[in-house]
Amino acid sequence: MRAKVTVYPRREILDPQGKAIRTALQRIGFAEAAAVRAGKCFEIDLGALDPQAAAERVAAMCEQLLANTVVEEYAIEILGEAPTGAKPARGTAS
Amino acid sequence: MRCGVVLFPGSNCDHDVYHVLKHVLEQDVVYLWHEETTLKSCDFIVLPGGWSYGDYLRGGAMAALSPVMQSVREHAARGGPVLGICNGFQVLTEARLLPGALRRNRGLKFECRDTFLRVERNDLDFTSCYRQGQVLRLPIAHGEGNYEHFPEELERLEANRQIVFRYVSPAGEEDDAWNPNGSARAIAGIVNEAGNVLGLMPHPERCAEEVLGNMDGLGLFQGIVQPAARLVGAAR
Repeated sequence: MRAKVTVYPRREILDPQGKAIRTALQRIGFAEAAAVRAGKCFEIDLGALDPQAAAERVAAMCEQLLANTVVEEYAIEILGEAPTGAKPARGTAS
Repeated sequence: MRCGVVLFPGSNCDHDVYHVLKHVLEQDVVYLWHEETTLKSCDFIVLPGGWSYGDYLRGGAMAALSPVMQSVREHAARGGPVLGICNGFQVLTEARLLPGALRRNRGLKFECRDTFLRVERNDLDFTSCYRQGQVLRLPIAHGEGNYEHFPEELERLEANRQIVFRYVSPAGEEDDAWNPNGSARAIAGIVNEAGNVLGLMPHPERCAEEVLGNMDGLGLFQGIVQPAARLVGAAR
């Protein structure tokens, strides 16, 4: 079982990095880039956990280390061997 | 007083703090490696600036989980004084010994210059050598010093008088032009509710000796280790 975690600055918080990237995109001709948020992505190999246990464990990882929930929000996707698709968990961003 | 300067891999202001405590203030000082599980009977703990763990993940995030921090947490819970400077402040927020978080500077630049701080309260041991409202000139050197918290939490900090230092103009006035990193409420330093854990982004250890041409930072250390230096009565 694998999990993919994405961490972004909370929407209410100014993201100076995302703003700078948006400005750069617009400068090189991508005027349609109206807003950019810059975040981080983690891929975690979880061994033989079942999907529900995996989602719970990864949510705990996010709360305790991967994200600082004062300024960031996170989303978790469980990527099983079978193509079961994305599975949202608590704290999801979207 | 026995002082401990915590060393994380990547700390780089540790010797400056050691020097001020040992040679300027003539205290007993030891280093505490991040893998230590005791504080070697230290009464005062300083988390120095630097780039602990290369700022991996977030500034201070990895250091906050190192073994020595469990002992620092117990020391703080007993009321022992803890001072976090720059990266040390980030470590204290990541360890949740102080509220809030420090994010990328508003202007995205690493800011390395003098700033002016107003002492918002001098009833703490840390600030007992300063006058209420005194303006200090202290240098900053950071890329992530932009203090953030939820609006209601910022209100709580104000109500609890936990904001100890604010960035101000040289005349001591609040002015966004003198806020070097975009910190909410111009916060440069805060204290926990109990008043014994203080974190600030500027570097008092870099201006704590006459030869450096600025001694504004010395009082922060004196307030803890030299009770006789504290201001009393009308001077305060």
